Amino acid sequence: MLGVRVIPCLDVNKGRVVKGTNFINLQDAGDPVEVAKRYNAEGADEVVFLDITASHEGRDTIADLVKKTSEQVFIPLTVGGGIRTVEDIRNILNAGADKVSLNSAAVKDPEIIRQASQRFGAQCIVVAIDAKKTAQSKWTVFVHGGRIDTQTDAVEWAKKAVSLGAGEILLTSMDKDGTKDGYDIELLKEVSKSVSVPVIASGGAGTVDHFAQACYAGASAVLAASLFHYGQLTIKEVKKYLRSKQISVRGAGNV
Amino acid sequence: MSKKIAVIDYGFGNIESVLKALNFCKAQAETVNKPEALSGYGAAILPGVGSFGPAAEFLKISGFDEAVKNYVKSGKMLYGICLGFQLFFTKGFENGEHEGLDLIKGEVKKFDLKDKSLKIPHMGWNTVKTAENIYARKMFKGIEDGESFYFVHSYYALTQDVSKSSSVCDYGGDFCSSIAFENVWGSQFHPEKSGDKGLAVLTNFIKEAL
Repeated sequence: MLGVRVIPCLDVNKGRVVKGTNFINLQDAGDPVEVAKRYNAEGADEVVFLDITASHEGRDTIADLVKKTSEQVFIPLTVGGGIRTVEDIRNILNAGADKVSLNSAAVKDPEIIRQASQRFGAQCIVVAIDAKKTAQSKWTVFVHGGRIDTQTDAVEWAKKAVSLGAGEILLTSMDKDGTKDGYDIELLKEVSKSVSVPVIASGGAGTVDHFAQACYAGASAVLAASLFHYGQLTIKEVKKYLRSKQISVRGAGNV
Repeated sequence: MSKKIAVIDYGFGNIESVLKALNFCKAQAETVNKPEALSGYGAAILPGVGSFGPAAEFLKISGFDEAVKNYVKSGKMLYGICLGFQLFFTKGFENGEHEGLDLIKGEVKKFDLKDKSLKIPHMGWNTVKTAENIYARKMFKGIEDGESFYFVHSYYALTQDVSKSSSVCDYGGDFCSSIAFENVWGSQFHPEKSGDKGLAVLTNFIKEAL
């Protein structure tokens, strides 16, 4: 059986893993290569690096980091944050990433999805959507770390991104992100049933049951960042619980 | 015989990832982009990400199709990964009908899933059922039946040469997830992205080949 993927996300600033909320009070949390290795050993099915480096000069370090990680960690690696051009995508993939995640750049110019998908294959183009509920059963897309409301309907944008060649949707609920009171299940259901490609649930995980709820809502993968960083839950604990709920996960027999 | 492994670079590859995984398994590996250079290597890997038609066409134009076939005839070991594996089959039906290398009798077709909750691409870790034959045992030596490997593909292979299939995987129905027969091995899954189990498959290949 195809397993639901459990994915830890690492926020990376100038080549270091950082912890903090809403880009404030960032604290150093280690070397991304070592953290990725540890998550791999714990049974992570994939690792996401989200580059939050603000300055342009700091951005070359992410490619170097991807290179080092991919020499030592042999599970899929997705890199997002600040990717603007097809050339940026090429550099990150050449460095050893398996997928890139596009967010603001894709909203600004959706054609980049088509160009990148045609050139590198849909399987490595993830479109990240930061969605916020604005009315009953209605969500709009926010960009630039959730600061700007594009007034684009999130479900419609997901469909469009897939039609342009996105191979996967990374769906973050801005309302739930950081709250630890569960993923936005309604949003997840809407997007998941509207697109043919896998959807990664993000934002709001706080308990093992939240992960199960996301799976029931149609998520192909479940992502969390701070929950795993702070050791509030381990990947093993999440997988063990999902298995106990008859949700297929990799390596559950060994955890 | 050369102890080096050739990773065939024909412009459709996850070349770097494959090289890094081979290096991690302590094998010497290099990219090869000239068909005539292939015979100098002790083993070869045909990687691949992309579309069947253009890749098959490029193999033909570059002369890699004949070079790979001759390489296999010489008895040296070849491993195909993902699209590289699909190219081993007789025909592929990705945007039209295309001829493959025909090392294995079979066809590559798009998933036509009745269960609409199953997503395409088939992306993630799926379990495989390993076959009971000598080559399958070599390929999956030290790996328990039912282990998971990392897949990402929208087209799947079916073979009439059932004895050459070393594992099957179920995604809305069984498809051929790997082959191993004499010196031709390959997998739809990415051994270079399948963690310890994937590295074990690559190590088994290296040991068998060199």
